[in-house]
Amino acid sequence: MREYYAGEYDVAVIGGGHAGCEAALASARLGASTILFVINMDTLANMPCNPCIGGTAKGHLVREIDALGGEMGKNADKTFIQSRMLNKGKGPAVYSLRVQSDRRKYQDEMKHTLENTANLDLKQAEIVEIEFDDVGAVKSVLTKIGARYKVRCAIIATGTYLKGKVIVGDVSYESGPDGVFPANELSECLKRAGIQVRRFKTGTPARVNRNSIDFSKMEVQVGDEDITPFSFETDDIGENKVVCHLTYTNEETHNIIKDNLHLSPLYSGMIEGVGPRYCPSIEDKVVRFADKSRHQLFVEPMGLDTEEMYIQGFSSSLPEEVQIKMLHSVAGLENAKMMRTAYAIEYDCIDSTMLRATLEFKSYPGLFGAGQFNGSSGYEEAAAQGLIAGINAALKCLGRGEFTLDRSESYIGTLIDDLTIKGTNEPYRMMTSRSEYRLLLRQDNADLRLTEKGYKLGLIAEERYRRFLKKKKDIEDEIARVEKKSVGPSPMVLDLLNEYSSTPITTGIKLGELIRRPELSYDILAPIDSDRPELDKYTAEQVNIQIKYDGYIKKQVAQVEQFKKLELKKIPKDINYDDVYGLRIEARQKLDKIRPESVGQASRISGVSPADMNVLMVYLQGHKA
Amino acid sequence: MRIDDTIAAVSTPAGRGGISIIRISGAEAIAVADKVFKNEYGKTLSGAVSHTITHGFAVREDGSVIDEVLCTVMKAPHTYTKEDVVEINCHGGIISTREILSAVLGSGARLAQPGEFTKRAFLNGRMDLCEAESVIDIINAKTSDAHSVSVHQLKGALSESIGKIRERLLMLTAHLQVLIDFADEDLEPLSDEEYLAGIKEAYTDIEKLIYTADRGKILKDGVKTAIVGKPNVGKSSLLNLLYGDDRAIVTDIEGTTRDAIEETVSLGGVMLNLADTAGIRETSDAIEKIGVEKSKSIMEDADLVIFMADATRPLDPNDEYIMKSLGGKNTIVLINKSEGEIKPDTAILKGISDKIIEFSVKEKKGLDVLEKTISEMFSCGEIAQSDDAVVTSVRHKDALIKSKNALKSAIEAIESGIELNMTFIDIENAISALGEITGQTVAEEIVDKIFHSFCVGK
Repeated sequence: MREYYAGEYDVAVIGGGHAGCEAALASARLGASTILFVINMDTLANMPCNPCIGGTAKGHLVREIDALGGEMGKNADKTFIQSRMLNKGKGPAVYSLRVQSDRRKYQDEMKHTLENTANLDLKQAEIVEIEFDDVGAVKSVLTKIGARYKVRCAIIATGTYLKGKVIVGDVSYESGPDGVFPANELSECLKRAGIQVRRFKTGTPARVNRNSIDFSKMEVQVGDEDITPFSFETDDIGENKVVCHLTYTNEETHNIIKDNLHLSPLYSGMIEGVGPRYCPSIEDKVVRFADKSRHQLFVEPMGLDTEEMYIQGFSSSLPEEVQIKMLHSVAGLENAKMMRTAYAIEYDCIDSTMLRATLEFKSYPGLFGAGQFNGSSGYEEAAAQGLIAGINAALKCLGRGEFTLDRSESYIGTLIDDLTIKGTNEPYRMMTSRSEYRLLLRQDNADLRLTEKGYKLGLIAEERYRRFLKKKKDIEDEIARVEKKSVGPSPMVLDLLNEYSSTPITTGIKLGELIRRPELSYDILAPIDSDRPELDKYTAEQVNIQIKYDGYIKKQVAQVEQFKKLELKKIPKDINYDDVYGLRIEARQKLDKIRPESVGQASRISGVSPADMNVLMVYLQGHKA
Repeated sequence: MRIDDTIAAVSTPAGRGGISIIRISGAEAIAVADKVFKNEYGKTLSGAVSHTITHGFAVREDGSVIDEVLCTVMKAPHTYTKEDVVEINCHGGIISTREILSAVLGSGARLAQPGEFTKRAFLNGRMDLCEAESVIDIINAKTSDAHSVSVHQLKGALSESIGKIRERLLMLTAHLQVLIDFADEDLEPLSDEEYLAGIKEAYTDIEKLIYTADRGKILKDGVKTAIVGKPNVGKSSLLNLLYGDDRAIVTDIEGTTRDAIEETVSLGGVMLNLADTAGIRETSDAIEKIGVEKSKSIMEDADLVIFMADATRPLDPNDEYIMKSLGGKNTIVLINKSEGEIKPDTAILKGISDKIIEFSVKEKKGLDVLEKTISEMFSCGEIAQSDDAVVTSVRHKDALIKSKNALKSAIEAIESGIELNMTFIDIENAISALGEITGQTVAEEIVDKIFHSFCVGK
């Protein structure tokens, strides 16, 4: 192949999925010259599985991305067709935002944003090689048709394309998602450079034509009336445009599955990749939970300008013929016309403990990883990593300090810490239960936690920052006011308490104390709080939450302080664990493999015991410069 | 893992010596000590000048006295650990020492890990590098010791119970969590009542465990044995015989033993924590009176009472006074000085116990019968005993109390009407406290539990 020199960039982003898009935008917005490579320009920001953004913990990630100046939240606000706040009724601490998106519009909007971003070039091309210098630093990237670009950093965000293999029944073929070409050569290049890859697996259910569905046999699911946007910058949020439907599998479906299990590639050993436990195929559910007589199926529109419907809960890698029988056994889907067949897809990814918290490879300066390539799963997880990798690649090129988040301030930090310190044996999905500080890391306060950081980076505009500062001050002032203000047992107050079955008061009581009563809230007390300033609903919500859960918040803050102390104890980069007298061999090997940057990180590595930590701390104290 | 909280431990060898020292170190050391300390003139330790000694009493939560103590307050940085340090000197012996330690742990200190005072001394720059390696040896040796002990104990009933409680709490958390993480799934949630009931059940179980930790735990800590009898009946001589060493002061003058002295001996394959008590009799001597009261309280607390009568004299009012105080305790009667005629009325003695042994400390007569009797009463087969058993069980108790307090806070919160979800902090704290005993972590297990027990995912 004839090569030619095609130009020079600070940062090359390989892959145009959710990780790649955020990475390219962050890098370009920070001022690094950036190029984004995508195998097919029409697959930018594609949602090859469910056209849905958010959900528990994932919604938190989107709001954090937004607070740091990322794009996913804004793009979802522009293109959603149904929005729901999940977990309402379980308390604001666990609210989670989830929207159904118009898949095509989401892509178009994102593509347009990318196209209009300064310092950013888009290029349809498959990258087949990354060139490294003698010390393993990134030098250049090469496209399949021979264009060589000199770059200082490369971000790999190849999703399920890297050596992608689609499997349906006993048929398998090399492919990316949605019938797009896979990226085979890059994987070989990485192996040549000494980067080990492994196989993960995921899957997607069938799509059917809306006109062939009998919705009268299904339950309707409507969106929220009062819609909360993802982005703290979105003032005008649109309205719900579609409803979703719910139906169930039944005995017959399960019998079809059981009768054809032997045809599943999962059981015949054809699939070698490790799949995620939270995205089980329907055959997996039927086998593992044999006592359940039915499983839920959600029927969700793929967009406004299409009749394609996504059948959530029906992932499968059984042969097409069996899939059709299964579909037709379900109420409302008796005559469903299947437009796309469900499939499993296998792909190459890395062991994420090869990466630092910046998502840069420990041993390959300038090389970053993001998204499924790092062993995660999900659009939001990918976008979050893309943002952090993009930021750090740009900062590196611009000669600025690195940017990392820790577990105590964000889900993004928790996600990256889990990936880089603990590692994962299956596609990693964010869940609230993974965060030990989840009471502090709420979706409602993502801006309070992270806007400052986004602003300092240069990803939050001056105007937005000023608005943020005002909101923050309004919250503080209002909390101080209601904590100080007393109300007496006047008839009006007693009437209000009576209305909410709250214990009557006999002497004066602070408003703050009343807000803390479970049956009352900041909003409820408005009639007896005459000098209340006018605040927008999000500011009022913060006042309510921060006062109401004050006791538990304080407990978490104390835990965080403890956590920070260990994070601040740094381990020298050049530490030789063989010199640490008294360390057990297993701990020595693990520490040497992960090479944690702080005592806190070291303590989270599995296989490193508290006794090992004592030994390490004694060593560190003794060798303090 | 914490490195700057307040820690406490007994810093004298268990069960030996006339005096025990409980050492507390850390920023809260003085405040913690003040919570268990009472001075008759109302002096507090926080008011004490550094490096001085204050006399007073160690007290329980309810204000009742555990023991008379001397407290040394040493303020940072001129201390062993370079942190604030309080040393509580109490009368030696396992029972009161352990109880004071429990009180200290209940007041905000955490049980120190093996070698931790030394480690802190090092980390705070008190020691030079040359000493570092010996510190590591201490950490390693103690940890592996403690490890083998805990492995042994983890096979026992205690660990099984802890395992069950943990399992229940993990399940509750998983139930709560799965509903949040998989909001749209078709899952049957636990009702608020079921959730609360589950927590309460765990709370009660933990309370029971703490109680058994307090009440003997014969297998691990030995049988609490009180040797009682009127003055000069030969209690100290018996102790010396069993211990094989002149430990208690033995004279012919009545009332010499004013403090209870405890020893741990193995007799007939059973570990006995022997407390020789001051002779019990009605007395007007103020100091002796304290001793008598203490003897009675030790007797009340004992798993086994060895009541000694004098073969050379008929039962007298002092004997009867003691026999009345026995109140149905497991009792062995030793008729000491049985070298000749037996003068006490054995028919009366039979009224308190059918285990009556004619004994002579001087001639070592009846020792084999005593051994056999105790063995029959308490032998538990081949139970390995360990030096660390006491410490380890205090460690367990410490963790259990932490866990219990966390659950208590969850129960109170739920009963006050707060959303169940908020209580995950308490429940996870409770689980991780139990995990300190079994060495497991929380977050990963909840995730595993979710995937294992619920059918979730799109």
